[in-house]
Amino acid sequence: MVDSLNSAFGKAELATIIPELFLAVAAMVLLLTGAFIGEKRAVRATTIGALFAFAVTAVFVVMMPYGDSGRVAFNSLVHVSAFTAFLKVLILLGSALALVLSIDFFEREKIARFEYPVLVVLATVGMLVMVSAYDLMTLYMGLEMQSLALYVIAAIHRDNAKSTEAGLKYFVLGALSSGMLLYGISLVYGFAGSTNFTMLAPQLTDNPEAGVVIGLVFVIAALAFKISAVPFHMWTPDVYEGAPTPVASFFAAAPKVAAMGLLVQVLTGPFGGMVGQWQQIIVFVSIASMVFGAVAAINQRNIKRLMAYSSIGHMGFALVGLAAANADGLTGVLVYLAIYVVMGLGTFACIIAMRVNGKAVEQIDDLAGLSRTQPLVALALGMFMFSMAGIPPLAGFFSKFYVFRAAVQADLYALAIIGVLASVVGAFYYLRVIKVMYFDQPAARFDGMTPGVALVAGSTCLVTMLFWIYPASIITVATRVSALVIGG
Amino acid sequence: MVIGLDHFLTVAAILFTLGIFGIFLNRKNVIVILMSVELMLLAVNINLVAFSTHLQDLVGQVFALFILTVAAAEAAIGLAILVVYFRNRGTIAVEDINMMKG
Repeated sequence: MVDSLNSAFGKAELATIIPELFLAVAAMVLLLTGAFIGEKRAVRATTIGALFAFAVTAVFVVMMPYGDSGRVAFNSLVHVSAFTAFLKVLILLGSALALVLSIDFFEREKIARFEYPVLVVLATVGMLVMVSAYDLMTLYMGLEMQSLALYVIAAIHRDNAKSTEAGLKYFVLGALSSGMLLYGISLVYGFAGSTNFTMLAPQLTDNPEAGVVIGLVFVIAALAFKISAVPFHMWTPDVYEGAPTPVASFFAAAPKVAAMGLLVQVLTGPFGGMVGQWQQIIVFVSIASMVFGAVAAINQRNIKRLMAYSSIGHMGFALVGLAAANADGLTGVLVYLAIYVVMGLGTFACIIAMRVNGKAVEQIDDLAGLSRTQPLVALALGMFMFSMAGIPPLAGFFSKFYVFRAAVQADLYALAIIGVLASVVGAFYYLRVIKVMYFDQPAARFDGMTPGVALVAGSTCLVTMLFWIYPASIITVATRVSALVIGG
Repeated sequence: MVIGLDHFLTVAAILFTLGIFGIFLNRKNVIVILMSVELMLLAVNINLVAFSTHLQDLVGQVFALFILTVAAAEAAIGLAILVVYFRNRGTIAVEDINMMKG
C-alpha cells in the first residue's frame, strides 16, 4: 500500500501538501477526542488542540522550501509558493484569533460545543486547499470544503431562530454561487480545452472566444460572492447579525483572505492574458463595493451589521489593488488583507466584550459613554475605528495608501478618486461610533473582558497603533511574494 | 438529425436558467430551492460530460463525478440546516425567512 502510494505520487509530492494533510488529520483527531471525552470537558481541550494544530501548520507552511517558482505536485493540481505561504499564514492567524475569541463567549452563552473548533479547522483546511489550487478542479473542491463547513458554523447556535436563519440564507446563496462557479468552469473547460492553470494560460489571450468570456464572468461573480463584494453582498449583513459574534469574526477574516487570494491567483494566472476583459469587471465591482459599503452603513444601529457593511467596503478597497493588475497593486492587496485581518478581529474582540449583566448587547447606543466606564476598551475600539477610516498614522492608512498608489500608477485615476471619496464618507460612521463612546451620557456598564478577548484586543490594538514604526516588516515580504505571481 | 454539442449545451443552459429562476421566483417552499440548486448542478454536469466527449478528454467526466459527490454532501447539509430552522420557526415558507431585513 505504502509502496504503491510512493510510486504513484512520490514523497516530494506528498511533502508539498503536508500542511493541509496535517490539518485534516488534526481535525479528525480532535473530532474523535471530542466524541470520546464527552461534551462538557471536550470544548476547552478541542479548542486548545485546534490552536496548537494551527500553530504547527503555520510552522510547516513557513519551513517548506519553495524555491523561486514554487512547487507543483499531483499532475499540477496544486501549486505552492512563497505567495501562497503568505496567504496561508494569514488564514491560519485569522482562524486562530477567531477561535481564541470564541472560547469564553460560547461558554457564557451556554452553547459551547466541541464541534465548533473542529468545523473551524475543517473550513481552514478548505481555505488552504483553495489557496494552493492550480487547477479548476482543486479550486472547486477547496471552495466547497470551506463553504460546507461555514454553512454549519453560521447555524451553530441551533436553538436560536436568528442563527439558523443566517445559516439557511448563507446556504441558499452559497449554493447558488457555487452553481454559477461550476457553470463558468464548465464553459472555460469546454472552450479552452483544459481545467489546468498552466494549460489555460496560453489558451486565454486578449482575443478570446465568447464562451470563455461568459465563463470568466460567472467565475468572477461566484468569487465576488465569497468575498461579499457588491452586487453579491446580500448575505453578509444578515449572516453577521444572525450568527454568534465569534462566528461573525471568523467569517470576517480568514474566508475573505482565502477567497481574495484565490481571486488574485485565478485572474493573474490562467486569465492573466485577459486583463482587458476582467479589469473592467473588477473596477466596477470595486467601485460598487466601496460606495455601497460607505453609504449603506450610515443608517445602521446594530454594530455587527455595521461591521458587515464595513467589510463590504474594505473588500472594495482591496479590489482596487487587484484592478491595478500590476505587482504594486498585488502588494497592496496583500498588505490590505493582512492589516484588515488584524483590525477586523480587534474590532470584533471589542464587540464580544459588549456584555451587560451577562447578556450580550450589540447596538451602537449601548457603547454610550464607554470612555468613562471602561477607558481602555474605548481607547482600543476608538483606535480600530480611526484605523478603519484610514486616518494616519494608524495601520489602516497604510493599507489604503498602497492600493491607491498602485491604482494611480496604473492610470486608474477615476477609481482612486472615487475610492478616496468613499473612504471619506465611510469615515462618518466610524467617527460616529467614537462620538457615541466619548461624548454621550454613559449607558449600562459592561462586564469585564475575559483574558482571551483582552489578549486579542490588546495585541491587535498594539499592532494597529504601532505599525508605522516598522511598516517594512510586512511590506517587503508582500513585495517579494507578489513579484512571484505577476513577474516584477 | 444528428444530436451534437450545441444541443447538449442548449439543454444545459435551459436547465441552468430554470434552476436560477426557481431560486428567485419561488415564494413557497425552501425545499424547492434545494431542488433548484440540484438542477443547476446537474445542468453543469451535462455541460461537462458533453464537452468531455467533444474534446475527447476525460477531465470533464472526472469533474462531473466530483460534482455529484459534493452535491450530495451539500444537499445533506442544506436539509440539516432546514431541519433546525423548522424546529425554531415551525415553518419553511420562503416568505417567512425575514427575521433580519436584508
